[in-house]
Amino acid sequence: MAVTHPRTLDDLPHGGFGMDPAGGGRGPGSRTPKRKRHESMSTWRWGDRIAYVMCWGAGLMLCAIAFAIVGYMAYRGVQYLKPELLWSHPSGEVDQSKSGGFLDPILGTMILTIVGIAIATPLAVAAAIWVVEYGRPAPLARAVESGIEVVAGTPDIVLAIFGLALFQHGLFGWMSFTAEGGAVFGRSFLTAGAMMSLIALPMVFGATREGLQSVPRHVREASYGLGKTKIATIRRVLLPAVRPNISTGAALGMGRIAGDTAIVVILLGATLRLESEGSIPGLDVLKGTGSTLTSYVYNNSPAGEGAAPEKAYAAAFVLLLLVVALNFAVDLIARRGAKTGLEGTRLGAGR
Amino acid sequence: MITEEQPPPIRKIVVDAPPTVAPAPPAGANGHGSNGYTSAGAASVARHDRGEPGPERMALQALSVFYGDNEAVKQVSLSIRLGEVLALIGPSGCGKTTLLRTLNRLTELTPGASRGGTILLDGTDVDDLEVTTLRRRVSMVFQQPNPFPMSIFDNVAYALREQARKRPGRGVVEPLVEDALRRAGLWDEVKDKLDAPALRLSGGQQQRLCIARAIATRPEVLLMDEPCSALDPRSTQVIEQLIGDLRKDLAIVIVTHNMQQARRVGDKVAFMYLGDLVEYGDAEQIFDAPQAQRTRDYVRGAFG
Amino acid sequence: MLTRLREPWSDRRAELTLGALACAVLLVIVLMVVFVANEAWPTFKHNGLSWLGPGGNVDEQINTMVNSGANAPAEDYYVRAWPLVWGTILTTGMAVVFGLVFSILAAIFIVEFAPDRLRNVIVPVVRLLAAVPSVIYGLIGILVLVPFVGNHIINQGDKQSVQFIVQLTGASLLVAVVILTVMIVPIMIAIIVDALYAVPRGWKEGAVALGVNRWRAMWTVSVRAARPAIIAAAVLACARALGEAIMLSMVSGSVGFAPNPFDGPRLFLLEPLRPLASTIVEDSEALQTPAIRSMVYAFALLLLFSSLFLSLAGFLAKQPMKKYGVRI
Repeated sequence: MAVTHPRTLDDLPHGGFGMDPAGGGRGPGSRTPKRKRHESMSTWRWGDRIAYVMCWGAGLMLCAIAFAIVGYMAYRGVQYLKPELLWSHPSGEVDQSKSGGFLDPILGTMILTIVGIAIATPLAVAAAIWVVEYGRPAPLARAVESGIEVVAGTPDIVLAIFGLALFQHGLFGWMSFTAEGGAVFGRSFLTAGAMMSLIALPMVFGATREGLQSVPRHVREASYGLGKTKIATIRRVLLPAVRPNISTGAALGMGRIAGDTAIVVILLGATLRLESEGSIPGLDVLKGTGSTLTSYVYNNSPAGEGAAPEKAYAAAFVLLLLVVALNFAVDLIARRGAKTGLEGTRLGAGR
Repeated sequence: MITEEQPPPIRKIVVDAPPTVAPAPPAGANGHGSNGYTSAGAASVARHDRGEPGPERMALQALSVFYGDNEAVKQVSLSIRLGEVLALIGPSGCGKTTLLRTLNRLTELTPGASRGGTILLDGTDVDDLEVTTLRRRVSMVFQQPNPFPMSIFDNVAYALREQARKRPGRGVVEPLVEDALRRAGLWDEVKDKLDAPALRLSGGQQQRLCIARAIATRPEVLLMDEPCSALDPRSTQVIEQLIGDLRKDLAIVIVTHNMQQARRVGDKVAFMYLGDLVEYGDAEQIFDAPQAQRTRDYVRGAFG
Repeated sequence: MLTRLREPWSDRRAELTLGALACAVLLVIVLMVVFVANEAWPTFKHNGLSWLGPGGNVDEQINTMVNSGANAPAEDYYVRAWPLVWGTILTTGMAVVFGLVFSILAAIFIVEFAPDRLRNVIVPVVRLLAAVPSVIYGLIGILVLVPFVGNHIINQGDKQSVQFIVQLTGASLLVAVVILTVMIVPIMIAIIVDALYAVPRGWKEGAVALGVNRWRAMWTVSVRAARPAIIAAAVLACARALGEAIMLSMVSGSVGFAPNPFDGPRLFLLEPLRPLASTIVEDSEALQTPAIRSMVYAFALLLLFSSLFLSLAGFLAKQPMKKYGVRI
């Protein structure tokens, strides 16, 4: 009996089944041809068939929605985005449609993201190290983990409002503009950045914790066996090992910070341009107010005061590109980290 | 000249035996017969009453299974009959599990797997059948007991409910569930707790539950993939007894890496080695008077 | 002192420092509750708990508060925010229900039915959707969907039937729920897909080997095993929907009106509303006025406790999953 091998791997049935009708009969001794032997749906109950169609519908609708959103934003963005918008300051008027770009919002987004992640990362990494490597007493470690989950679940608007109440207290007058008479303004890059760090904290914490937990025990034991203290092990062995995880978490956190609007609207003072406060260079910008891409879009949409939807589209497109780029970076880091044998994050961002 | 070595004596593990050795039951009775030792080569071991094998249920004709370019099963032809237990033995990697899983087309779930040759179920080519229909007539029990995360009753009733066109009511299903549990020898142990979660049963009980689940819809062929390898000897003995009882209604194909089990349980034995069917015949003949040299080596324990 | 810092730290000191930093998170939560409650107190003092209930036009009440000065009389604190609460319940509830159904179907599609090439496209797509900022959803909503609903779906008859009560402009419950559903679906899909993949292979194989078709095997075994994850996903999505402020403030119409289901399904969906979180954003400029300030903080306190409660519920829902070793 002649037995012919399949010519290519494409001739073999793939992992999933399709809707092809059941394969016809084959004579004895013949190799499976290009046609795949798959189950037909003739024996399925009608309820099952409806469910099958609905599953396909859901999947395709998901793709369609995503492409519609991205496509429409790209279409409008390309239509309205002119390069000079990127490097010219917003005009001073409320009505933005006549002139001015959004350089200040772009700078604002960058500054805020950097401040936020700079505060969040050390805190989150420290917390993750403590929880995984030390964690005594155990109930306290569980409480910290639950606490971070609670923070992750808190709406950003509540965090913003809390930040306002907190930073208008006299203790924090150094973080923002303080009027004579003692009224603390409470709104600045520092205060907004502090609250943004709470947004990014759970992502960095989760990624770092996952990374630390996936480092095998024998690595630590080898280090202790060489006489290193625990903290030295952490500094020299574990932290470098989880650097991809920290980077992934930080990138995810930065994406969330860049995309957040509520905290900006409440805690950043809503001045179109960067208004510095004080005299120390560098710190004066941080103590001052400004705007970000997100608040710029919000204000220029019909929901805000501005009447320049074209600018809003352009800024929104830039924002979308930024967020997509950050997500792409997450993928890259995760894949490169995986090559060295450590786990990256999975489909659920950071969870 | 090589002296014929005595194959190791067969010893049935008797756990609940009375103080004296019971005499062998008369011929014609079901269930296992003689206890105690047998001498080497005694073809008169009345292990169980075999009776006449029934009609042929499945026939394999030059069956080959490929994983990519690797030929895992090479042109195997076998016959599986009602009332008969076919034991597939062989060292690891010989293709016996692949062969078993091809019989109900489970290998199609593996990407890159393909098949040559024919499998006939009651004369019909298996490729002409709807795959779900095939699997209802050819059931499978796996190596690791895998009861679903449901109650015992729901587990056994699962196939009955899901295979029907319209979901049958509890009244219709209950007697079938009881019958299946009885035939699997589990009824007495679980009849009071049919709604308890199946995962709380012991390993042996779970495996018997899986057997009950597989036979609830009265399949024609039962495939068993090393069903006792994860179980303790007591449960193994119970299940081997069960196989002997189930034989009269079904054709059973059992894959086992345990030669003694094949000898205890099998009527026909097929020895495979690296994908080839080396020898196929009656159990006594394979173990006592194997014809191929390789079979002789394996049965003697020269390799494994 | 700097040289002392550069010495290798002892383990004990490191542990205490790291532990203190970790516990700072707990401190933040405590501070949050304390500060928000403190600011919210005046509203409770003047209204008791009935500020959650119905009574009068909430928009007018808010306007009164905006115009009141630094020393507002007690009447100015009067607020009955039921329409806002009802708006929040409606949007959150409907979005979670529709989103859950959609997510389960899409997750089953991804795990079971999608051809490999399509699966490689959908997985990044879901991640992308989860990352899109809410203001972009809001922008598309207010510039595309709201005019569409206003011009093509709402007709004169609809407007006239409610013209004495409220104005139909297209910013409506319909748009709010649709966009909110799209926003929470990626989170749920990610969790459910992970859970479906984590179902032990033995169960899936066992079901298929019993001659059950792929949909039934998936539905009766895998989805059933993933039930705790589905609940956890719903809880998480609920928390997300509850706290959504920016997008909803852009598309919901900002009218303190409680959409009335008894107006019939069509009108019900087309009526505008004003969820709690959006109210906070919209009134954020007027936060110097004590009356508004304490009302806004009262809203925030309500949202805070809701999210705390949901976090607890999510934690409890995940417990049964430990039994199967599913990682969430």
